[in-house]
Amino acid sequence: MIAALGLLVGVVLGLIFTPDVPPGLDPYLPIAVVAALDAVFGALRAYLEGIFDDKVFVVSFFSNVVIAAAIVYLGDKLGVGGQLSTGVIVVLGIRIFSNVAQIRRYVFHA
Amino acid sequence: MPDPTPDQTPEPEPTEAGSADEAGRQRLRAALLQPSRGQVVVGVLLAALGFAAITQVRTNNTDNTFAGARESDLVDVLSGLAVTSQHAQNDINRLETTRRQLEQNKRDQTAALEAAQRQAEELSILAGLVPATGPGIRVTITEGRGPVDVDSVLDTIEELRSAGAEAMQVNGKVRLVAQSAVESAPGGLRIDGTLLTSPYVLDVIGDPHTLQGALSLVDGPIAQFQDAGATVDVDQEKALDITAVRKPTTSQFAQPQ
Repeated sequence: MIAALGLLVGVVLGLIFTPDVPPGLDPYLPIAVVAALDAVFGALRAYLEGIFDDKVFVVSFFSNVVIAAAIVYLGDKLGVGGQLSTGVIVVLGIRIFSNVAQIRRYVFHA
Repeated sequence: MPDPTPDQTPEPEPTEAGSADEAGRQRLRAALLQPSRGQVVVGVLLAALGFAAITQVRTNNTDNTFAGARESDLVDVLSGLAVTSQHAQNDINRLETTRRQLEQNKRDQTAALEAAQRQAEELSILAGLVPATGPGIRVTITEGRGPVDVDSVLDTIEELRSAGAEAMQVNGKVRLVAQSAVESAPGGLRIDGTLLTSPYVLDVIGDPHTLQGALSLVDGPIAQFQDAGATVDVDQEKALDITAVRKPTTSQFAQPQ
C-alpha cells in the first residue's frame, strides 16, 4: 500500500515541479529509469514468491541504476554510447518481460 | 535466503504453481491491507522512480532541441542539413532561372501582341472595317450642266490617295477602300453598288494642307470639275468623323505567300 502510494506521490511531484534534467545527466536518465523498473518488477516477483527482502531490494535498485548509467557513460567515452544504450535497454527489457511473465503466473494463474 | 537477487530465482515448476500462487496472492493482499516498515523504504524508492520517470517523459515530450544529443549525432544531423540546404539552394536557382525565362517569354508575347493589335487597327482602318476620326478635308462637288465625269472622280480619289489620304467616304454612305469601284449610272454615280447623287460630299482624313494642295493643282481634279461645269468646295476640318464601314470580306483566290 505504502509502495503504491509512494509511486503515486513521485508521479505527482514530478508533474508539479516539472524539473529540468541537468544537461550532463540527459543520456543517463532514461537508462536509469528502465533499470529501476527492472529492479521494481524483480522485487514484485520476489514478493509474490515469498523471498522479498527490503535490503536486497534497495541494493538491487541502486546497483541497477548505477551500473546501467555506468555502462552508458563508458559507452559514451568509447564512442559507442548509442549502441550500448540500446544494448542495455534490450537486456533490461528482456528481464522485465520474464519477471512480468512470472508475476502474471502468480497473480492470474496463467 | 536461498538466492539474494530476486530476479534470478528459477521459474517454479508448473506442478507446484497452485500452492505458490495462492501464497503470493495472499501476500499481495496482505501487503495492500497491512502496511509494514519495509514498505516505507520501497515506497520512497518507488517515489524516486516515479519522479524520474515523469521527469524523463516530460523532457522527452518538450525538449526537441539537441541539448542532450551526442557529438557524432549532431555532426550527422548537421551534415544532413547541409546537404538538404544545398539541394534546396539548387532548386531555388533552377526555379529562378525558369521564372526569368517565363517572364522574358511573357514580355516577348506582350510586345508581339501589342504590335499585332496596332497592325490590326491600322489594317482595319485601311480596309474600312472600323469608323475613323481625325483631321482632314471635306470636298463637296455639286453637278452643274451635266453629270460629273467618272474619270474626274477617279482622278480625285487617286490624287487624294497619293497625298496621303488614310480614310475616305462619300456622302456618309460609302467607304472608299482599295477594292472600291466607281461607275457612272443614270442620275448619278454608282460606287460599290450604291447609287449616289449630287452633291457628292467626300470626307477625307489626312493632312489637310497636303490634301487640299493635291486637289488644287493646275489641271488637277478641281480644274477638271470646273471645266465640266461643276462647283467644288473644299473645307479643311480639324476633326472629321468617318462613320461608313464595309463588311469584312474573305479573299476567295488570293492567298498569303
